[in-house]
Amino acid sequence: MPGGPPARDIIGEIKRAGISFVVALPDRTTSERLLKPVLADPDLRVVQVCKEDEGVSICGGLFCAGKRALLLIQYTGLLDSINALRGVAVEGRNPVCMMVGLLGKEPGVPPTRSQRYGLRIVEPILDAMGIEHHLIEQPDDVRHIVPAVERAYDRMAPVALLIGQEPA
Amino acid sequence: MAMPRDECLKVLARHRTDEIVVAVYKAAQEWIHISHSELDYTFTGAMGQGSSHALGLALGRPDKRVVVLDGDGSLLMNLGTLVTIANAAPRNLIHCVCQNGTYESNGAVPIPGARQLSFAAMARAAGYLATYEFGRLDDWAREAGGILRQDGPLFVTLHVVPGADYPEDFRRLYDVEHREIFRRALQAS
Repeated sequence: MPGGPPARDIIGEIKRAGISFVVALPDRTTSERLLKPVLADPDLRVVQVCKEDEGVSICGGLFCAGKRALLLIQYTGLLDSINALRGVAVEGRNPVCMMVGLLGKEPGVPPTRSQRYGLRIVEPILDAMGIEHHLIEQPDDVRHIVPAVERAYDRMAPVALLIGQEPA
Repeated sequence: MAMPRDECLKVLARHRTDEIVVAVYKAAQEWIHISHSELDYTFTGAMGQGSSHALGLALGRPDKRVVVLDGDGSLLMNLGTLVTIANAAPRNLIHCVCQNGTYESNGAVPIPGARQLSFAAMARAAGYLATYEFGRLDDWAREAGGILRQDGPLFVTLHVVPGADYPEDFRRLYDVEHREIFRRALQAS
C-alpha cells in the first residue's frame, strides 16, 4: 500500500482552489502534516474553533464576505455538526468545503467497509444529506480537490474531502 | 432592571450607520421590522450559530463593523464561541446578547442558570477587549454610539423583557434569496 497523499500537494491544491482561510480543530490524522504547516503558512489564515459546528457557520460568514474557506476537522466533528450542516450548509446554501480526517480507517479499505462503526456511517450520512464527497487517500486523489471546491462554490453547496490516511 | 427589547433595538437602529447586523431568533424577528438595511444578516440556520456567522463576516471584511444580536439561550448552545472570537480578536466585532432568561421562542421556559450566570464575566474571562451591561434604556441610549465606534471584540449584555408584538416570519429569516441580496449589498459596500 503506497503512502498517503503528499501534504505539500494537498496544501498546494488548497491554495490553487483560492482558499485563504482554514477553520480548524485538530485531528490526529491531519494535525502533524497539514494543520501545523498551514499554521505556519503566511498565505493561509487559520481560525481555531472550540467546536466544529462553529466552523460551519464561520465558513458561511466568510462566503458572504467574499472569502473562500476550508473547514479542517475529524469525522467525529462532522458527525457532531450534522444540524449545522443541515441548516447552514445545505438548507442555507453555503459552500462549506470540509477536509475530514478519517481517524483509524484501515488503509486501502473503503470507509463503508471499515471495522469501525463511526467510519462506516460517514458516507451514507453524507449521501442521505445530499452532500458531495471524495476520498483523498492515495497521492493521485489530490486532483479532486480543486474541482470539488469550484463545484461547491458554483452550486452554493457543501462538499466533504475525506482524508483516508495520514498525509505523507 | 430590564429594557423592552424592541425599544433597545430601536436605539441600535438610531445609532447604526453602515454596520452589518447579525440577528437571531426573537431579536431577528423584531429587527427585520425595525431596520430596513440590506446589511442585515438573519440567515444563521441553526440555534447558537449567530456569533460564528458574525465572526466569519468580521474576519472576511475587516473594513466593516459587525454587530451581533445574540440570544441567551442561543449563546448557551455555543459558549465556545466566546473563546474562539476572543482568540481570533476581530477589532470590528461587537457581540451583544439579549438576555431575557428564557427560551422565549420555545415556550418561554427558563434557561439553566438564569438567576446567577453572567455572560459578560465569561466574555471578559475569555479575553474580549471590553464588556458592558445595560438594564436601563437611557444608559444604553447614551453609550451605544460610542460603543459602536470602539475597537473590539466587545461584549454587551442587554437585559431585556418582551416589548411590543411583531409578526414572526421564520421563512424570511432564513430565506436564501434575502441572503443573496445581503451578499450582493456587502460586495457593493
